Amino acid sequence: MTDRLLVLNPAAFNWGMITPVLPELILLAVGVVLVALDLFAPRQRQLLPWMTVLGVSAVLLMNLGMSVPPEAGIMLLNDGYTAFFCTLCLGSVILTALMREMYSEQMQAHHGEFYSLMVFSAVGMMVMIASVDLMTIFLGLELMALPLYVLIGMHKKEFRTSEAAAKYFLMGVFASALLLFGMSLLFGLSGSTNLAEIGTYIKSHSLASNPALVTALALLVAGLCFKVAVVPFHMWTPDVYEGAPTVLTAFMSAGPKAAGFAVFGRIMLTVFPELEPNWGPVLVMLAVLTMAVGNIVALVQNSLKRMLAYSAIAHAGYALLGIAAGTASGMAAAMSYLFIYLFMNMGAFAILIIFSRGQEEHESIHCCQGMAAKHPVLALCMLIFMFSLTGIPPTGGFTGKFYLFQSALAAGYTVPVIMAVLLSAVSAFFYLRIIRLMYMGAPEGQVTINSPTVGILVVLGVAVAGTILLGVAPGALFDWAQRAMLP
Amino acid sequence: MPLLSVLIFFPILGGLSLLFVERKTETVRLVALVVSLFELVFTLPVFFLFDKTTHLMQFREQHDWISALNINYALGIDGISVLFVLLTALITVLCVLVSWESIQEKVKEFYIALLVLEGAMMGVFCALDFFLFYVFWEAMLIPMFLIIGVWGGPNRLYATIKFFLYTLVGSLLMLVGIILLYLGAGRTFDVIALAGQAYPFKLQLLVFWLFFAAFAVKVPMWPVHTWLPDAHTEAPTAGSVILAGVLIKMGAYGFLRFSLPMLPQATIAMLTPMLVLSVIAIVYGAMVCLAQTDLKRLVAYSSVSHMGFVTLGLFALNQQGLEGSILQMINHGLVTGALFLAIGIVYERTHTREIAAYGGLATTMPVFAGFFMVFTLAAVGLPGTNGFIGEWLILLGAFRAQPVYAVIAATGLILGAWYMLWLYQRIFFGGVGEQVRSLIPLNVREIVTLVPLVLLIFWIGIYPDALLDFLRVSVGHLVEQVHGATGLAEAGQTALMPIP
Repeated sequence: MTDRLLVLNPAAFNWGMITPVLPELILLAVGVVLVALDLFAPRQRQLLPWMTVLGVSAVLLMNLGMSVPPEAGIMLLNDGYTAFFCTLCLGSVILTALMREMYSEQMQAHHGEFYSLMVFSAVGMMVMIASVDLMTIFLGLELMALPLYVLIGMHKKEFRTSEAAAKYFLMGVFASALLLFGMSLLFGLSGSTNLAEIGTYIKSHSLASNPALVTALALLVAGLCFKVAVVPFHMWTPDVYEGAPTVLTAFMSAGPKAAGFAVFGRIMLTVFPELEPNWGPVLVMLAVLTMAVGNIVALVQNSLKRMLAYSAIAHAGYALLGIAAGTASGMAAAMSYLFIYLFMNMGAFAILIIFSRGQEEHESIHCCQGMAAKHPVLALCMLIFMFSLTGIPPTGGFTGKFYLFQSALAAGYTVPVIMAVLLSAVSAFFYLRIIRLMYMGAPEGQVTINSPTVGILVVLGVAVAGTILLGVAPGALFDWAQRAMLP
Repeated sequence: MPLLSVLIFFPILGGLSLLFVERKTETVRLVALVVSLFELVFTLPVFFLFDKTTHLMQFREQHDWISALNINYALGIDGISVLFVLLTALITVLCVLVSWESIQEKVKEFYIALLVLEGAMMGVFCALDFFLFYVFWEAMLIPMFLIIGVWGGPNRLYATIKFFLYTLVGSLLMLVGIILLYLGAGRTFDVIALAGQAYPFKLQLLVFWLFFAAFAVKVPMWPVHTWLPDAHTEAPTAGSVILAGVLIKMGAYGFLRFSLPMLPQATIAMLTPMLVLSVIAIVYGAMVCLAQTDLKRLVAYSSVSHMGFVTLGLFALNQQGLEGSILQMINHGLVTGALFLAIGIVYERTHTREIAAYGGLATTMPVFAGFFMVFTLAAVGLPGTNGFIGEWLILLGAFRAQPVYAVIAATGLILGAWYMLWLYQRIFFGGVGEQVRSLIPLNVREIVTLVPLVLLIFWIGIYPDALLDFLRVSVGHLVEQVHGATGLAEAGQTALMPIP
């Protein structure tokens, strides 16, 4: 009892203990400040996005500069892996915050809570990414998801956003239940919630063929596949992505998904390396299936937003291929791919926000028609993003896919990779359709788009620069990802 | 001076610099012409300083690029690639000239695409790192897609998507093959190091077919040639010329540079299907030509037939066949390029490609008729023109290796003479057509565009050693690489004995 009380005494509290979670705490503080600012200084609302960008950037830099030596029994680990994924997720928060203003202007809907909720969600992502313990993983997942449910349903008057929020909530809860079930089985088998300890336990007690363990594996894989929208657990994705406000769709397909992959990779490579022959081929199959469904269904979409939603599903399949390879190099490839995807995806969504003028009826692919003649620069940006999403050099989409295919082939998956490249060729058809409409179609009537805000222009600039730069010189990114995978 | 890097990046940067040029048609095309001419001048040192006595790579450059995957920025050329570098520079200048009047919309964008394309094509022929090669190979698709799709004919959308998807599927399969070789050779993309390895036969066979997917589409070999007539027909003149002149040569170049030296056993084992496909392309292409009513489509199908000769010579796998094959690629680039230029010139005046709409053109455009005659005869392979040398060498090589195929291929020559001369007759002789009556003769720019081609046709036809000297040593080395690695007795192909 006295022990517990001692902790509450500030003088006796070991402040060094909280150093590893300092970035998370600061980010939390940023979120609280944003709430306060929104509440007490409603006139200064235009400052909110910039405050968000500033605060999150500070945390991002701090997180990059931090290296805390790992101790036994800790729940959050600040290693290279954490730093990589945190940069990725916080980067997506920054880009989304920059895009938001343009969107809210078009929608005539200014919700200050948007920024604080997104920051809270980011705290959840950081916890997820840094977690090396089943408890904190689950905590982080929920912390990330809860603000998202609210964010999706924020525009209450729009029917489809409410539908999307409800779907996302129900599916999210279902996935969480699966995860919890799997986690409890793991705990029951090994008596520990620490990932590394469970992994060692499985190895030392040669549990690899234990049916309970295989069940736990299956449940965890299913739960995680729900979170990262892998076929056949993707059913919620198209509707939610289409129904959610466009900025949020952009955010969800980059940030939370990357965080999901971080947990996915961490669990698979730390807990289940012994069972790799079991889950490797299954995940590869799921990956190919995901690409197939994403790319083939995207072919027939007439809504650009929905097309990008299916393309997001397909790209999750590519990233999954890296995890499925079951090697550190495969994971590094998946990480690089997610990083590159952040740029091209955010860019494509930024263009969609500009072109669709905030109205649902303009989200059709015909919003691009003839844009090359009226807005050559925007069209050129979109051209770069589309070619990058297809995977044509010299763009980042190519180098990312190349690295993925290389590591999957090195793991011996020749036939799945051949299928994956053929499905890439399928995807070319619908990405090219956008380019065709922009460059080879006549403009439809009198189309005037709102002049882009500074924020969204910054996003476009960053996205184009990132896409091209990572296509021409991806070496630094690959090195970073490989270093992050070193123990 | 890093000469090859200059050759690659000068046109790309030159093209991008057009972004900052004022949007005036005259200025833009003048800048484009100057850039392409300078590029041609930059190839002169390559031509004169090239050492013809070695098969080793020359003008080499090597820098680390993506060290995580052992990818280098490596450039170099040997006897096999040097001629293509020269051809690319020449053809691009002609393309700029021929687009002078015919491109009136989005002129700036057109020349940017054209020059960027030129840089990428140079990159394809100069790259000595397989990854780098692939980057250029694929990057080429973007400007070509736009050139056909934005400035093409009425059915351009269909044609450009078809072109893009065909090529992309092939290229992506090749990418898998490249990675498999990379892993099989101990993680290197060095083209020369990749060639010296003894890969397991099964791997060779798999990779051979994966490469085949890319190269056969590009050549194009029968039966994956169907994108070519559409793309050729719908592309603007400059696009057709580039396609015929350079782009489709890359498929055969790919076989020469990668499939043959890297996968010798698989090549030998797959010889029969390759030869059969070549012969089908020759005869089928020629027969389809006879049925065409559209000028450009006819020339496009004749390309299929001519490229059949190229692959026939290639898979004869001996000195004559390979030399003939490479020379024929250059010839075909010049002659078919010239034919497309010529068709572009009359098309600008009449706006029809229907053969039936012409007739009696020799009366209104006599000089043009003379030029066209030269090109026709070169396409037919008349002695004295370059076409003769190439086809002669190919047939010679093929006879030594596989006489049966050579005999069938020779019938393609007869058909070739038939459709080309018949075409000439229908266009230039006979009653003067309604549209033909008021045509204006060639202007100076058009003559300037065509004259260099005529000179080259006769120069190569009369003194082929000027080009063959470049090839000899490198081709000899390639033949050695293929046959040395396989051991002829083991392959059981006595007909493939090297010629003394």
